Amino acid sequence: MSVPAVRVEDLHYTYPDGHIALAGVHLDVAPGERVALLGPNGAGKTTLMLHLNGVLTAGRGSVAIGGTAIARDTLREIRRRVGLVFQDPDDQLFMPTLAQDVAFGPANFGVRGAELQARVAHALAVVSLTELADRSPAHMSGGQRRRAALATVLACEPEVLVLDEPSANLDPVARRELAETLSGLDATMLIVTHDLPYAAQLCSRAIVMDGGQIVADGPIGEVLSDADLLAAHRLELPWGFTVPVR
Amino acid sequence: MGAGHAHPLYRDGDSWVHRLPAEVKIVALVVFVLAVVATPRELFWPFAVYAVIMMVTWWAAQIPLRWVLPRMLIEAPFVVLAVLLPFAEGGEQVRVAGVSLSVTGLYAAWGIVVKGTLGVAASLTVAATTNARELPLALSRLRVPAVIVSMLTLMIRYIDVLGAEIRRMRLARVSRGDSPRMLHQIGATAAGVGALFLRSYERGERVYLAMLSRGFDGRVPPLAMGAGSAAAASSRQWVLALLPAVAAVAVSLSAWVLR
Repeated sequence: MSVPAVRVEDLHYTYPDGHIALAGVHLDVAPGERVALLGPNGAGKTTLMLHLNGVLTAGRGSVAIGGTAIARDTLREIRRRVGLVFQDPDDQLFMPTLAQDVAFGPANFGVRGAELQARVAHALAVVSLTELADRSPAHMSGGQRRRAALATVLACEPEVLVLDEPSANLDPVARRELAETLSGLDATMLIVTHDLPYAAQLCSRAIVMDGGQIVADGPIGEVLSDADLLAAHRLELPWGFTVPVR
Repeated sequence: MGAGHAHPLYRDGDSWVHRLPAEVKIVALVVFVLAVVATPRELFWPFAVYAVIMMVTWWAAQIPLRWVLPRMLIEAPFVVLAVLLPFAEGGEQVRVAGVSLSVTGLYAAWGIVVKGTLGVAASLTVAATTNARELPLALSRLRVPAVIVSMLTLMIRYIDVLGAEIRRMRLARVSRGDSPRMLHQIGATAAGVGALFLRSYERGERVYLAMLSRGFDGRVPPLAMGAGSAAAASSRQWVLALLPAVAAVAVSLSAWVLR
């Protein structure tokens, strides 16, 4: 088997206030795989996500990206290879104009000059926001801001893309447009979400977390069809939704 | 440009003053204001010349007087203070319409009003022709410390987010029967301010995490700020922009010599 894009081994993390967020997480994600990370509020999903690029440091256990273990001297490399898209685009977009914000990541990683311009132009084209390059993120719609936040991460050309609740607060059209953008990307993807139909649309595999551990892992169709499993972890399909057969 | 996303003092346009890089305008503004402030207040003609310089600049920047004048009301509180001075100061007195006024007080009031007015006029001119998003790059080109530039960048970005949050919180309070104008309900307003502080603090943490995730190492890379903005000023632009400021310095110097 090839080197996994993400390998998490026996990951433990306790917050400074004593709250145990992760209690022994094991996870392998193959390159190019799209995985949905499901679970009730407080299951440890966001904590796991913050470990994937070393923003939080493991209490015990290890995280490796494409065979490179996260350590102090590989942190920069890891952050270039793992892109995190946060839930609230206002947390992610902080520069005066969209183009400046998209350039922020690659410039931090040492990209300069014409290549930087090309990266910015490409990332904006992927999310169809080229014409808003000189606008302030404050004056965009919710859907545009979400795609803008995605562009700021895409410009770093990550191998692994981690998205926190990408469909939250989007109108149906913006939600569909984002799904189309995401399904056109080649990166390995971890999507943290409560939106089960969205997960079913985008991902082939689902992981259910609860109490800081992975409690289920399998093809998304199987996981979402297991009503008992969903009920046991405060998940449920929206009314009228049936899992489509692939 | 001009899609309604600049600060309220910005006046969209395409004059050569608008096209000047912001750092040039900031330097010109500081030099001009210093020259005005350094002018002896006992003379009147230098201030007339300064006013002419301002008018010419407005003409060049295509800023009509009816746009500038209402915005200059911002200095009104200082004018009120100045008006009190002739009554408050001691020393030599003159009688005007039966009221005894202090001569030094009159000069002090005149100095405050005329210098303040010129300073406000010059600042408004820069504000009207400079988009807020040009400021961070301009300040870093002027060698302002990176920490201050990043703070300013973040402030420019989040002031709108905070404003929207304040409006939403106020609406939510008002819909539950709060009337923020009533003094006895000031507690609710105070709690709102506290909640806003906490939220902003937490947002600050999240913004920092997001920046860290994109390789932030304590300084905003200059190229990221430069993306999509004007090139550094040419020497011709420096000369052009500094013309009013240099003229003001010349006036100030000759005022001292001719005094």
